[in-house]
Amino acid sequence: MTTTDLRATPEVSQGLDNPLEIAGVTFTSRLIVGTGKYTTNQIMVDAIRASGAEMVTVAVRRVDLDRTQEEAILHHLNPQEFFLLANTAGCYTAEDAIRYARLARAAGFNEFVKLEVIGDDETLLPDVQATVEAARTLSDEGFKVMAYTNDDLVTALRLEEAGCVAVMPLASPIGSGLGVVNPYFIREIKRRLEVPVIVDAGVGTASDACVTMEQGVDGVLMNTALAAAEDPVRMAHAMRCATIAGRLAFLAGRMTSREIAVPSSPRVGMLD
Amino acid sequence: MNSTKRIQVRLNGKDRDVTSGHTVQSLLEAIELNPLAVVVELNREILDRNRYSDFDIREGDTIEVVHFVGGG
Repeated sequence: MTTTDLRATPEVSQGLDNPLEIAGVTFTSRLIVGTGKYTTNQIMVDAIRASGAEMVTVAVRRVDLDRTQEEAILHHLNPQEFFLLANTAGCYTAEDAIRYARLARAAGFNEFVKLEVIGDDETLLPDVQATVEAARTLSDEGFKVMAYTNDDLVTALRLEEAGCVAVMPLASPIGSGLGVVNPYFIREIKRRLEVPVIVDAGVGTASDACVTMEQGVDGVLMNTALAAAEDPVRMAHAMRCATIAGRLAFLAGRMTSREIAVPSSPRVGMLD
Repeated sequence: MNSTKRIQVRLNGKDRDVTSGHTVQSLLEAIELNPLAVVVELNREILDRNRYSDFDIREGDTIEVVHFVGGG
């Protein structure tokens, strides 16, 4: 099995789906993955390749000057192979998030940032007011902001107004693995926004990714579901399949569900 | 760098004595960091990495050196 087989998403080349486009950049994979919490860097790289993801998230942190070990993610992950999406994870104020975003941009890869401003330590739910404020400032500075938010439609609309290039409502709290707790609001956000809607956080297993994509959203972002699986590489394969399956099922248009059975075989032509 | 005078700076959250006369570029080299693999903030100002040699390290400076790590 080669990695190039995995990176290609045949559904796009076969005309079954369009590529995902975010602020003029196109991706054949609708799955975006994080790089945190893996037990080893090799497992991380193998899992990311297996997931087929082209865009990966990274965090900005101090270099640990007391340790000789190379912790830098780019030591393990080739920035030519993956589109790096720096996040502002760990920030609790708009000011801090803006500072981290600027530091990330100074690394010189791209203008994209995954904006995340946490409002509550226990649930890691976003501070939506601070997120909108930071989104406005960063968009004005030319950043392509992909904003992590809750599943609130009005906040999503405000983030789009603020100039975000993608709005990323959560499925459920970060790292919870609870899946999509509010599919209705995810669909409403998708229905009302023009920018891509990417569900970020809360996916636990493949069926969650599938259900997420069945809501019609443009993509799904996950980290813990892969990193904390017993076999992250195998789970990454599963997530790749589930993301594609959910997307194609959405595009195909599901049958109407009903509370009564309808036979699939003819009622006529039965023997006496 | 004509003397061995030492100055105190705050580097990544810790007080450190460094030889006076460093620029950001030479300081990074002294602590064995690849200037192209990090981003530096000097007294809250993000520096252009092509100009690290233009910035002198002075007594009391606050320096943050960051890079990308794994995250979600």
